[in-house]
Amino acid sequence: MILGHLTSQAASLGQSPSENGLSRRGFLRVGAAAGGGLMLSLSLPFANGQAESRDADKFVPNAFIRIDGDGRIVLAMPYVEMGQGTYTSIPMLIAEELEVDLSQVRLEHAPPNEKLYANPLLGVQATGDSTAIRGAWQPLRQAGATAKTMLVAAAAKRWNIDPASCQAQNGEVLHGLTGRSIKYGELAADAARMPVPKSVTLKQPQDFKLIGTPAKRLDTPAKLNGTAIYGIDVRPPGAKIATLAQSPVFGGRVKRVDDAAAKSIKGVRHIVRLDDAVAVVADHMGAAKKGLAALVIEWDDGPHAKLTTEDIASELEKATHNSGPVAQNIGDVEKAMASAVRKIEATYQVPFLAHAAMEPMNCTVHVRNNGCEIWVGTQAIARAQATAAKITGLPLEQVVVHNHLLGGGFGRRLDVDGVTRAVQIAMHVDGPVKVVWTREEDIQHDMYRPYWFDRISAGLDEKGTPVAWGHRFAGSSVIARYLPPAFKNGLDPDTTEGAIDLTYDLPNLHVEYLRVEPPGIPTAFWRSVGPSHNVFVTESFMDELAAAAKQDPVAYRLALLDKTPRAKAVLELAAEKAGWGQPLPERVGRGVSIQFVFASYLAQVAEVEVSRDGAARVRRVVCAVDCGTVVNPDTVRAQIQSAIIFGATAALYGEITLKDGRVEQTNFDTYQILRMNEAPAIEVYIVQSSEPPGGMGEAGTSAIVPAVTNAIFAATGKRLRKLPVDTTALKQPP
Amino acid sequence: MAFAIKINGNMHSVDVDGDTPLLWVLRDVLGMTGTKFGCGMALCGACTVHVNGAPTRSCVTPVDSIGTSEITTIEAIGKTAAGAKIQKAWFDREVVQCGYCQSGQIMSATALLASNPHPTDSDIDNAMSGNICRCGTYVRIREAIKQAAQSAGQGG
Repeated sequence: MILGHLTSQAASLGQSPSENGLSRRGFLRVGAAAGGGLMLSLSLPFANGQAESRDADKFVPNAFIRIDGDGRIVLAMPYVEMGQGTYTSIPMLIAEELEVDLSQVRLEHAPPNEKLYANPLLGVQATGDSTAIRGAWQPLRQAGATAKTMLVAAAAKRWNIDPASCQAQNGEVLHGLTGRSIKYGELAADAARMPVPKSVTLKQPQDFKLIGTPAKRLDTPAKLNGTAIYGIDVRPPGAKIATLAQSPVFGGRVKRVDDAAAKSIKGVRHIVRLDDAVAVVADHMGAAKKGLAALVIEWDDGPHAKLTTEDIASELEKATHNSGPVAQNIGDVEKAMASAVRKIEATYQVPFLAHAAMEPMNCTVHVRNNGCEIWVGTQAIARAQATAAKITGLPLEQVVVHNHLLGGGFGRRLDVDGVTRAVQIAMHVDGPVKVVWTREEDIQHDMYRPYWFDRISAGLDEKGTPVAWGHRFAGSSVIARYLPPAFKNGLDPDTTEGAIDLTYDLPNLHVEYLRVEPPGIPTAFWRSVGPSHNVFVTESFMDELAAAAKQDPVAYRLALLDKTPRAKAVLELAAEKAGWGQPLPERVGRGVSIQFVFASYLAQVAEVEVSRDGAARVRRVVCAVDCGTVVNPDTVRAQIQSAIIFGATAALYGEITLKDGRVEQTNFDTYQILRMNEAPAIEVYIVQSSEPPGGMGEAGTSAIVPAVTNAIFAATGKRLRKLPVDTTALKQPP
Repeated sequence: MAFAIKINGNMHSVDVDGDTPLLWVLRDVLGMTGTKFGCGMALCGACTVHVNGAPTRSCVTPVDSIGTSEITTIEAIGKTAAGAKIQKAWFDREVVQCGYCQSGQIMSATALLASNPHPTDSDIDNAMSGNICRCGTYVRIREAIKQAAQSAGQGG
């Protein structure tokens, strides 16, 4: 029942551990924890994907292990739990090396502190981009091993024997010869005074007890009986509940508000008018919603009053007629294209998408004269703190943020617009206020997966083999807004992932990306980010080439994978398990995809049935994955199952459209999510590997989309180059 | 006006407008936050509770429609035989991810199992398709319901 220990730790861990004389600059720092325990803080390089730029001067602390005198082992979790299982897999890494049972590890949400808790792969304190395990893999095992070494040293000193004759096991240090043992808790204070080992030896894979096992999720029990506390469940004493209407057109303003009727509703306390939003503050959400419905708001729609999705698509299409920054160039595409026997060209486009996490956007804020306190479930706690400091004018250290479980993230909660909004409202309210968005507000004021428009072409030789590959696309760069330093020379590593690093042996490849920011609609990260678009385009197009060459889609791909054996292996495995090539009924087809994104290899085969009226149903999905070393195989399976449903939802239904500057979709009736009766059977096959772990939170989402549309092609002969699936185009003529 | 409603065997008095949805009475007035808000229009099932044993979307159930009916929420469902079996199966099968929708999923699944000890796939589809899970835990929900049904069949 570890969730009982998931406290929203805020202030105390935000301070550096009090260093003792034995601490040294470098990888690990040791301190005496309050109460005389052992506390380790890690130092990690600001890697940002560039190992070669490591510099000892840039080492900064990142996380804490704390072993209390009572034997409690507390881990301040710099990564947030939003369903991906990180609150189980991250502790597994420490527990493995520390030689403790997983049930002995207790978790606390890490407070905002970029210096201590920056994600080593992102450079900021954020959970996203499927980086938690990849970032934590080495440092958190080293942290566990270092703590273990010091505990053993403390015991050996007490017994006056050689540490090498001692052994750590199950939360205690043993001396086999004499049968003596001391529990970690009793050693914690002594261990804090031991010298930090210069280096530690990590366990070999064959010695792993936890890593690689399907450990039970630590957060499950509280999620089964209603006791788990998400951001939306927080209620500081005296807190009012508010809900809001933001300008229906992005960039619009409030012109006039008639709140007489709203104010007369029982339970409504007051109305907060902002420049571009109006909030109703009430005793409960029922009254707040009723008050909101009773408001008469006149808006000045601003410059985007007439904007439509078609306007944006047309601008992107136009942009792709001109060349842009080169994201990748291999060989000489122009020359190879000229010598090709056949040239294939296509355009693709993908829509704006909302995140629609089940927990609607919400944030609770208490603004006082000398401080601001925030309760929220966020993927980017330091960013949340920073925005609150900026709006209130308070120094950073006077903004306390309590992080909570997330009822889904998917990238939505990497942005802190919801925190910004709640703080703006809270500044007009005495006492704490919980701002809860309606579902309609959540969908119509999301920050959306960008719309992208692609032009892609290939040249085939006389055998049908691609000898040239040219790809140019236009759309928003979320990175340019979110992490400006990572946007260089017009390019960012996210928007192009999955387009510039294909698994195939393509001797001549040229990829260009044009950053075109759409007016009047904000964009953001969305589960599987750049690859959510690029894998659809490249794997659909590879299918087109196979069809043009009159070859089997799997065989065609396999012939191009000799240089990437891990990719070849997952494709062969998925095809075999799916029964590739075996006969299927009429209007049922199999489609395949292969990708290498988030440092994991995935191949999927989807089986899709298209009814006579054009409705597509995904019946079965087989996924083979090589994500390197597996920490928790059950979590890998769960994430693939999850990502497949998420991606299939997008492929079949996902689309946010604008008309008169307004998002047309409102709730789950117009923004449909795959349901139980539509969910495919899913089989997951994991390839054994000792490579470093790859990311698993998102990869399944990008892989399923082309697998579905390729299956529809196999079932109907219709090639879908625009998402979501157009059922009208799939109707069988009478 | 004040309404007296029976929730999980206990009487509560709440002073709200009669058209206030039960969801907000539970969450905001009584502080029972296990029941979740997802859509406000009975489209997602996150707010599912039992009214006299029947799965009901509390977000569209006005408090003045309840009368003497007995409300059961996620906080107490484990005290029912079917609820305990469902919770155990959810735990054994590692169903949950973010977990936000699971209160509603468990309430719907418990109602199904209580009325139909051996549901078919089609019964499961019918009973569970009103509950959206954005994490896509459907495959495991189906397995867990079958496991719970099996344990129900064995009398355990």
